[in-house]
Amino acid sequence: MKPIKPIKKTVAGRFPRDKIYYIFFSLAVILTGLFVSNSYYLQVLTFIGINSILALSLNMLMGYAGQVSLGHAAFYGIGAYTTAILTVHYNLSPWLALPCAIFIAIFVAFLVGIPTLKLTGFYLGMGTLGFGMIVNIIFREWTDLTGGASGFVGIPSLELGPVSFYSMRNYFYLVWAALLLSIIVCKRLVNSRIGRALRSIHDSAHAAEAVGINTRNLKIQVFVLSAAFAALAGFLYAHLVSFISPGSFDFMMSVRIVTMVVIGGMASIWGSLLGASLLTLLPEWLHAFSDFEMVVYGLILMLIMIVLPQGLTKGLIDIYERSKKKDNS
Amino acid sequence: MQEILQYIFSGITNGAIYAIIAVGFSLLYNSTEIINFAHGEFVMIGALSLVTLWGSFHLPLPLAFVLTIVVVSGTGLLFERFAIRTVKKPDHIVLVIITVGASIFLRGIAMLIWGKDAYSIPPFSSNPPIDIAGARLLIQSIWIIVISLLSVVALYFFYNKTLTGKAIRACAINKKAAWLTGIPSGKMVMLSFVLSIGMGAVAGLIIAPITMCSYDMGTMLGLKGFCAAMLGGLGSLWGALIGGFILGILEAMGVGFVSSSLKDAIAFVLLLLILFIRPGGIIQSKDVQRF
Repeated sequence: MKPIKPIKKTVAGRFPRDKIYYIFFSLAVILTGLFVSNSYYLQVLTFIGINSILALSLNMLMGYAGQVSLGHAAFYGIGAYTTAILTVHYNLSPWLALPCAIFIAIFVAFLVGIPTLKLTGFYLGMGTLGFGMIVNIIFREWTDLTGGASGFVGIPSLELGPVSFYSMRNYFYLVWAALLLSIIVCKRLVNSRIGRALRSIHDSAHAAEAVGINTRNLKIQVFVLSAAFAALAGFLYAHLVSFISPGSFDFMMSVRIVTMVVIGGMASIWGSLLGASLLTLLPEWLHAFSDFEMVVYGLILMLIMIVLPQGLTKGLIDIYERSKKKDNS
Repeated sequence: MQEILQYIFSGITNGAIYAIIAVGFSLLYNSTEIINFAHGEFVMIGALSLVTLWGSFHLPLPLAFVLTIVVVSGTGLLFERFAIRTVKKPDHIVLVIITVGASIFLRGIAMLIWGKDAYSIPPFSSNPPIDIAGARLLIQSIWIIVISLLSVVALYFFYNKTLTGKAIRACAINKKAAWLTGIPSGKMVMLSFVLSIGMGAVAGLIIAPITMCSYDMGTMLGLKGFCAAMLGGLGSLWGALIGGFILGILEAMGVGFVSSSLKDAIAFVLLLLILFIRPGGIIQSKDVQRF
């Protein structure tokens, strides 16, 4: 019989290990910022950071709590448009617009979450899809406020005292610092009592209820949390590109976020980073194919899902372990 | 009064198209529980094939019809064979991503074949529109309504009166049990795909003369057809028909009386409403996942 590991030991052992990861992560980010001087590469890395925050936010909802959302780009867009409208139309400081953007996303998520999260499975996916489409149509049609289909121009870049984030390197640091913060928050949450409750909803909502978890409230809470992170990503995106249009927050974007989570691996925080990196880099690489870009992109998406349906992280680990087993036998 | 009648005519025309697309979604959902997000792309390929075969090659219309349906269903067959059946772990979300991947892929292919231009073709017959109480009814509208109703009735008879149709229904109820009674369930799934995508092709055929056809027309059509399917009750043939017509008429009314900028929103507002009030749709279908 295998000796059963004492639980205390693993819990105690987990925190220092995470801290080591964070330190490595920070060092890697700082070194990357120091050595990469090409502003195109820095920009791509910054986008990877923003998309990672997005993937992370959806992973909390989809990977851990098992609630599929096909309209997550709506919250991303709400974050971006709120800060754009407040800073341009009302001359508000971006740093004041950020809490407003997050607050509005939370508020909308709360209102939408109450009726929507009662649905399960496919029906939930469809409800969030409908919500995402409606928000996108509002972005497109409320021309006075959002600039309509032609987009919103002239969003100011960020500044903090003497530090200007106009420089790509500074923005890169800002985004990745925000990402690190998000990762720490998510990790802490996932390893807490709430995280375990979330995973129990994923496995069986009825069983979770039976052991006394308020699944309805918990689902709404995680939905709201994930909307808040998505709004943060939207804020960072808007001030980076200074021009936003409804096309960046449409159904295809929602699917792209879902794909990042699934390719990276559901319920895997570092996996979200991997998925976001892959789906951000892929279109950049595919520019070389020019007219064939869409064909190749669709093909790669299908192939990854056919070959590694459980995501890259788990899929690669599986393959590695299988090959190890073969060596042993 | 005259205005309302005009809106109803245009609503029924669009509704018939949404209905046919919705039928495609329902057929497939019924037997495989897959929502095919590439369905709109098959509608697009149907429309563009007709543009080429009838508009450019000047084939006789019936031949162009049959060829288009064969081409699109064939594509659907390949899609099922290579993209859906090869999935090792058919998880819902994985299948959603695969069908979305397929939709991007098909759009890319269509862009390579037909380019980024929009095409239009003349209506099937060149008779002048009929005047009913001051409102104009296009002959093409009658074509659209008749073809879509005929297709649904034909499908109804196929599913209820023929052995193959009954076999498909048996597979939809329980695949393993159907297999035990000697029904080749794999083939039935394939047939469902072909039928569903064939319906998409029919939708593409009838919509081609009344709209501009381009490689990116499919996505919105697909999503709206899907809304219609949900509205009527996913998995129900008559539900899809009713949902399509309701969506078409409400959309036409909304555009006429409120604002044309609302057009696309109506479908999704209806989708949310039906999900909150009666998730099984107007014609309550089987297992509703809500507690």
